[in-house]
Amino acid sequence: MDFSLSDEQAMLKESVVQYIDKSYGFEQRMQVVASSAPYSAEKWAEFADLGWLSLPFSTDDDGFDGGAVELMLIMQELGRGLVIEPYLAAVVLAGGCIKRSGNVALRKLLLPAIMSGESVPALAYAERGSRYTLNHVGVTAVADGEDFVINGEKFVVLNGGTADQIVLSARTSGATTDDDGITLFCVCADVAGIERQGFVTVDGAHAANITFDNVRIGKADAVSEIGLGLGILEAAILDATLAVSAEAVGIMEALTTKTIEYTRNRQQFGVPLSSFQALQHRMVDMFMELEQSRSLLLRAAIMLDEDSPDAAAAVASLKYYVGTAGRKLGEEAVQLHGGMGVSNEVDIAHLFKRITVIDTLFGNSDYQLHRYIQSS
Amino acid sequence: MNVNFSPEELVFQDEVRAFFAEEYPQDILEGRRKSMLASRDIYIRGQQALHTKGWAGINWPVEYGGTGWSVTQKYIFFNEFAAADCPTIIPFGLGMVGPVIYTYGTEEQKEKFLPDILSSSVWWCQGYSEPGAGSDLASLKTRADLDGDEYVINGTKTWTTLAQHADWIFILARTNSDVARKQEGISFLLVKMDAPGITVTPIYTLDGDHEINQVFFDNVRIPADQLIGEEGKGWTYGKFLLTHERANIAGVALSKQRLRKLKKKLASYEQQGQAPADVESFRRKMAEVEIQLSALEYTELRTLASVSTGKAPGPESSILKIKGTEMQQAIDNLFFELSAYGALPNLRAQYEAGYDGDIVDDDGSSLTALRYFNFRKASIYGGSNEIQKNIIAKAVLRI
Ligand SMILES: Cc1cc2nc3c(=O)[nH]c(=O)nc-3n(C[C@H](O)[C@H](O)[C@H](O)COP(=O)(O)OP(=O)(O)OC[C@H]3O[C@@H](n4cnc5c(N)ncnc54)[C@H](O)[C@@H]3O)c2cc1C
Repeated sequence: MDFSLSDEQAMLKESVVQYIDKSYGFEQRMQVVASSAPYSAEKWAEFADLGWLSLPFSTDDDGFDGGAVELMLIMQELGRGLVIEPYLAAVVLAGGCIKRSGNVALRKLLLPAIMSGESVPALAYAERGSRYTLNHVGVTAVADGEDFVINGEKFVVLNGGTADQIVLSARTSGATTDDDGITLFCVCADVAGIERQGFVTVDGAHAANITFDNVRIGKADAVSEIGLGLGILEAAILDATLAVSAEAVGIMEALTTKTIEYTRNRQQFGVPLSSFQALQHRMVDMFMELEQSRSLLLRAAIMLDEDSPDAAAAVASLKYYVGTAGRKLGEEAVQLHGGMGVSNEVDIAHLFKRITVIDTLFGNSDYQLHRYIQSS
Repeated sequence: MNVNFSPEELVFQDEVRAFFAEEYPQDILEGRRKSMLASRDIYIRGQQALHTKGWAGINWPVEYGGTGWSVTQKYIFFNEFAAADCPTIIPFGLGMVGPVIYTYGTEEQKEKFLPDILSSSVWWCQGYSEPGAGSDLASLKTRADLDGDEYVINGTKTWTTLAQHADWIFILARTNSDVARKQEGISFLLVKMDAPGITVTPIYTLDGDHEINQVFFDNVRIPADQLIGEEGKGWTYGKFLLTHERANIAGVALSKQRLRKLKKKLASYEQQGQAPADVESFRRKMAEVEIQLSALEYTELRTLASVSTGKAPGPESSILKIKGTEMQQAIDNLFFELSAYGALPNLRAQYEAGYDGDIVDDDGSSLTALRYFNFRKASIYGGSNEIQKNIIAKAVLRI
């Protein structure tokens, strides 16, 4: 048994930690959130230079062959730094589907542009009414000669408003909730018939509802084999679920540290808040939940890297846990900050909002617990 | 003991129902049903409709224009009020400073202030908290120094709810620093918001709303007759008001109404095949909240019953504040969970008066996360829930 990081992993971690501490300030982040831009193009270019955008892609595709542990390391820090750039949407979700594609030409076309930061794609899978179920696909792709014609709507697509490429799940055969008959395609966001209703999400990021009105694409744009896309989608979402759980752990770490620091400095009744035992116990609980979450995170990452048959259950248990404990921890951090905790100018409020949104992404605690029970 | 309404009470219930169905401005209710956010104008029109009916001073004695209702009547009223989707009554005038003035004010003050409070023609806000004095309110630093027949006020109040709408503010300020206990030497003063030297700056809450403010006082002069009661006794009046605030904070009737709406939303999601995968677990959570609410409803009724026999709402009202806000927050959370991805878009603007853009969200889902975020305040304001527990430990349990 060995929980230590390899030299490469340790270097990766060190470089992300350094970057977040030195080059990713909360004030700067909030300027981006307040602007009309969804994220900072400058930061994105830096991520490309640092190699982060190449991390999860195979060396065959000129990537760095990073696995779940590497993804965990980077996402934890992006969480701690409350990074607003669409790493999850573009690299983990859309990139995660494309990298698993057997369509070599498509991979060779799209991945270099993602890794260089030039292309920032999105993955459109959720629909109004699908909740978290991946096989609920009502968007249709009907074969017409060499082409497919796509119709329907995708709901709350992260980074969907400005993505240049959209990977989407569409139904090429079967009924709305069949496992078979789902195909993944990749379309250029500016083709005729695509309409995007962009909005800001409650955590300050950007997303869009996207409608497809007789959008015509070629067979060459299929990311998966026709009718067999669910497996790729599930694998990408599993990675993404681990990724946001790691992000949540980074947020929990920041919330815990900042709350301890705040209660040490804030005086009421002539003493620091941290001197009240009632509050000390609450912070001890925060710390314990953080450590428990870290353990489940590490466990799930290792199992994913080992291709364990229990990896999906491990990820479900992780997501359940950070959903429940993480949200509670966020509420506690806000509560212990008093009025400061609910004011939009402090980082606590934004960390809390992000960890709340993370609970929803790819299925909240209830949903994950349900999956866990079903899988065991 | 019995829990049935008498024939007279049933008649009263019909009257209240008819009032909300016919006389009360229907556009306000329709707006609330479509989740529209209330503006200053909506709050005022709603309260003025109650006043026209003679129902503004719900807890006020008859001699000051109050309803003189029994505990049961108030219970009936609040249930119908919530069931009709009325916007909440802004508490600062009718629920807080009004009772302070009719209890401790001079005859002149009663004549000058009470009618405007009752008719909601004047908007009040509450200036207690300061940056350095939250839970430890008695450590407040805002000063009011007597200079001839005027007080000169210097300092700052913060987290002041809806001060941007207010015509008047009531504050606690230090009039004497040379005291043995810091609770002494504090006075209760009424200040007009347009007095020279007052500045109001917004503070945005985490949901992006402008609901609270910081209020600065820079050599603000007010006539000395805007002092309530005795100089230096403000802590007593302030505490009297705080127990009133706590009693009204439980919001059981509103929580019951929101739970009904939650059930409706679940039913419609089930119909559309959009229910949570583990719908039983969701139902279980709803049932748990419902049981807590039933208990809270009776706890509140028991408290009110003892008040009607002449006792002031005691420290027991802290239970109502803690449990009431916990239930509000639990319901907010269930709305958020049920809405799934629909909760993520921030479409607040779509629900504001005068919006004429695209309708992206058609069932209010996009307000659920914002509401959940915003209502984290409920366990912080009105004396935080931790402070309420300290009160119960000390004043009720004598630990
Ligand atoms: C949305 C909102 C609206 C408000 N509106 C108004 C208003 O209109 N007018 C007004 O005057 N005020 C208002 N307030 C202020 C509110 O009353 C204070 O925020 C509250 O009293 C807590 O004070 P604080 O924010 O300074 O937190 P602090 O007192 O610094 O407390 C921080 C944390 O420490 C805990 N704590 C403090 N002391 C103890 C202790 N002895 N034992 C255990 N735990 C303790 C608190 O419970 C809290 O969790 C509002 C607040 C909010 C959030």
